[in-house]
Amino acid sequence: MSIPRDFNLLLSNLSIDKVGVEERVARFQTRSIKNEAKHQGLKMVLNMIDLTTLEGKDTPGKVRQMCYKAHHLHDTHSGIPSVAAVCVYPTMVGIAKEALKNTSVKVASVSTAFPAGQSSMEVKLTDTRLAVDRGADEIDMVISRGKFLAGEYAFVFDEIAAIKEACGPARLKVILETGELSTLDNVRKASEIAILAGADFIKTSTGKIQPAATMQVTYTMLMAIKDHYDKTGLMVGMKPAGGISTSKLALHNLVMVKEILGSAWLSNEWFRFGASSLANDVLMQLLKLESGRYQSSDYFTID
Amino acid sequence: MEILKTYKIYIGGSFPRTESGRYYPLKSSRGETIANLCLSSRKDVRNAVVAARKAFGTWSEKTAFNRGQILYRIAEILEGRKGQFFEELIKQGIGRKAAEKEVQASIDCLVYYAGWADKYVAVASSVNPVSSNHFNFSTLEPMGVVGIIAPQESSLLGLVSMLIPALCGGNTAIVLASENLPLCAVTFAEVLHASDVPGGVVNLLTGSIHETAPVLAAHMDVNALVSEDIGELGKSLSIACVDNLKRYIQYSSGITQGLQEIIELQEVKTTWHPIEKIGGATSTY
Amino acid sequence: MAKKKESPQGTEWNYSPSPESTTHVKLEKRYALFINNEWVAPSSKAYFPTLNPANETVISEIAWANDKDVDKAVRAARKAYQEVWSKLSGAERGKYLFRIARMMQEKSRELAVIESMDCGKPIRESRDIDIPLACNHFFYYAGWADKLEYAFPTKNPKPLGVAGQIIPWNFPLLMAAWKIAPALAAGNTVVLKPAETTSLTALKLAEIIKESGLPPGVVNIVTGHGDTGAAIVNHPDIDKIAFTGSTNVGKIIQRSVAGTHKKTTLELGGKSANIIFDDAPIDQAVEGIVNGIFFNQGHVCCAGSRLFVQENVAEEVIRKLKHRMESLYVGDPLDKNTDIGAINSKEQLDTINRYIKIGIEEGAEIHQSQCAIPSQGFFCRPTLFIGVSQSHTIAQEEIFGPVLSIQTFRTVDEVIQKANNTPYGLAAGVWTDKGSRIFNLTTQLKAGVVWANTYNKFDPVSPFGGYKESGFGREGGLHGLGAYLKLS
Repeated sequence: MSIPRDFNLLLSNLSIDKVGVEERVARFQTRSIKNEAKHQGLKMVLNMIDLTTLEGKDTPGKVRQMCYKAHHLHDTHSGIPSVAAVCVYPTMVGIAKEALKNTSVKVASVSTAFPAGQSSMEVKLTDTRLAVDRGADEIDMVISRGKFLAGEYAFVFDEIAAIKEACGPARLKVILETGELSTLDNVRKASEIAILAGADFIKTSTGKIQPAATMQVTYTMLMAIKDHYDKTGLMVGMKPAGGISTSKLALHNLVMVKEILGSAWLSNEWFRFGASSLANDVLMQLLKLESGRYQSSDYFTID
Repeated sequence: MEILKTYKIYIGGSFPRTESGRYYPLKSSRGETIANLCLSSRKDVRNAVVAARKAFGTWSEKTAFNRGQILYRIAEILEGRKGQFFEELIKQGIGRKAAEKEVQASIDCLVYYAGWADKYVAVASSVNPVSSNHFNFSTLEPMGVVGIIAPQESSLLGLVSMLIPALCGGNTAIVLASENLPLCAVTFAEVLHASDVPGGVVNLLTGSIHETAPVLAAHMDVNALVSEDIGELGKSLSIACVDNLKRYIQYSSGITQGLQEIIELQEVKTTWHPIEKIGGATSTY
Repeated sequence: MAKKKESPQGTEWNYSPSPESTTHVKLEKRYALFINNEWVAPSSKAYFPTLNPANETVISEIAWANDKDVDKAVRAARKAYQEVWSKLSGAERGKYLFRIARMMQEKSRELAVIESMDCGKPIRESRDIDIPLACNHFFYYAGWADKLEYAFPTKNPKPLGVAGQIIPWNFPLLMAAWKIAPALAAGNTVVLKPAETTSLTALKLAEIIKESGLPPGVVNIVTGHGDTGAAIVNHPDIDKIAFTGSTNVGKIIQRSVAGTHKKTTLELGGKSANIIFDDAPIDQAVEGIVNGIFFNQGHVCCAGSRLFVQENVAEEVIRKLKHRMESLYVGDPLDKNTDIGAINSKEQLDTINRYIKIGIEEGAEIHQSQCAIPSQGFFCRPTLFIGVSQSHTIAQEEIFGPVLSIQTFRTVDEVIQKANNTPYGLAAGVWTDKGSRIFNLTTQLKAGVVWANTYNKFDPVSPFGGYKESGFGREGGLHGLGAYLKLS
């Protein structure tokens, strides 16, 4: 794809008023999700989770344990779905793939010198190919935030497009690392660049930087997806990641998805939560709903 | 042979005679005719309002500093024409001392409001600390076109103390001069004309306030009306004012001076704007 | 174990009913008049029912005060003014107001539920906006009571005496707070009449006032219809009339008090312009349009009922607005997910429907959201009219319902002219990213409140009130105090 000299011409340059976004989000947060809606919503949340471990101390053992949990969330209770995917470093993709064979759980790998993305294009491509070759179904790349903030939007675009190509059949999630972009105007702009460059999903954060997936940021990205869909008829997925650890917050994220994008996005094909500790809170809420009793974390496994 | 002055009315920066062609004689205490004055008609009122509305944009958008300069300029010109006002005041029946006092007080009044022009907004405005991420402030704006029924018992000072705070605040005006003491009003219009006051900012009519004031009070393009306590006429005017909810300010005494006189002819406007707070404690989960 | 298959079709997910509990609400079957801190039966012996507009059931019966009752209330207020309230120090007056504010906060959920039942507004608004703002208004003016000379230095501020206050049905408790709090802080005593369809929260406030130990007669609440209001306006021993309501009634009041010593403040109607420029934060502007016209079912005097959209973004704004309207839930005011509740009365619904009919007849293109509305009660779908010009009736007259008329414009000058082309001047909205343009517009627009890149925001510290036929005087903030004081 050839890039015009003034890359801004491709972008909407829509301005965002942060206070207005905060008010809108506060209104989503007043939605009251009760009874059947809550039950259905919580199960949806579980099925949208990318169970994640992205640590220097990750070992095959740790990854295998997490993978087992991914499709055995709470076996003592029937009707609990599995999570959508696990998310690991490229070196762990093979382990995860093996642990999850014959399940519907996908394997996602971060790449492109995650989390900082401070490396050459060559290294990033190699990193991506490594993950894809080992069987990753999905690639979670990071954008070059430094280049973005320096105004080199075409560079950011090219990089995403090149990684997309390297992904082959794997679906590409593009992490904007919104906590480093400072303003919602930047979040909007980065979302548009990622979408135009071929992202299958746009994702808020690496989980290494605070703030991560605030509802304001997710709202802004969902609006970018909505505008792209209205313009082109093409769906793009969304993945808030980092900081979503309670059922209530997860449900309010779903409220946003429902009211902005509609029911078509309410599946793990198009919406994911990147989270490590969310699943157990959702399970506890779900069992509370079914039993009427408040639950203890002692009864829910940690892996 | 003395050359007598023709007293005309003042509309849109010119001195026409009343379109009605009518006049009324002003008599001295000894019954001699001092002058013939225009007996203004409803059409004169209409023309004056049109001129005042037209001038409102120019006048209200002048810088506050500039309006202050012009008010001071009026004081300077009035100072230079003191003699004429002494004579007219004396002709209309007051003593030399009182006349000198009245002219001096009028000049002082002009200087006083000249100084207020770029200050009253600061004194009467506020920044309001709302409980949300918004910057909120209230400031003043002129009401617009103001009808002024000048005090009846004071030829110059009454008019000046009622008109100048209106001008100071950026309003334009239609002044109905004192019916029985109109001379200084017309001469003051000549002072205004010589003082960088743009045409139409002040329009001055002589005649019967019982004839013209009700027209002014009922006029849908007049934003406010000012008078002293004028009894029953005041009551009927205040009813006429209701049709466009004209603000009617009635002073118990015709001659007062202060900040409140400016503020009475101002609207309070409150503006809100969001404040983007990045990295601060903003609402989130 | 069964594995859920991914569903690329997505999932239908609908919110379950989430009604606010009403079990903690205490309401009498019948309410008398509140005079001298006592509940007094009306001398007329007449009562009228108050309805829940969402299901048309009678909630309670309200006393209908006549001239004699009003006279009794005014005498009580006068006596309290002369013997107690005007002699009390500002600091002591303030303490009563602080206490009332606190007690209102304690009972805020009950007040919110009653407000939604009696008025039809969604619980989300009564709980998050009306009641907290009402409490805060008392809290704010409480602090002024002993500081009046700072508000008006060198003016020797003094109370006026007895204030007669008549309030509307759109924000019942909030308007009561707007009226009572500054009046009391300034040292006046009060006779207040709530609107006939929404008396309940004012009567609950009376219970709080009694419980607070406020001296008898300082606040008197007389319920009734228009004749009760007229009796207040025409009572010779009242020093001040404060009215919020329609411009028509405001004019009747102003004529009635002409030639008397009574001071007035009037907060009347509006047809406020909400202006969207092409460089605006469009998504937030759409939200501002929604807040502007659908807040409180559009029963808002400062509603942004005339939308002006710059022609080059009109298609986008209208598309987004229509989409946003589909996520507005119309229905049971007590459901926590309801965005738009019931229209306050049958009469008001008829008025709104009459205007919708006029809009269609005059050839404007109508669009209504597709949501289901309850079969019982008074409800109206969010409604847009597209292709409207200034000459359409629906762009000139206040509808007081969820009906927006949309006009397009091309230039800054044009939109300023059109925005000001109305006898009203209450509020305006401006949406643009350009600071210098905002200040040009906020200066040029003839309106008492201008919201730039926001809309329908209220705060006790912020003066509110209109230019031209939207009334005069300000309520709220420092400037709102002036309406209840004699200044030398």
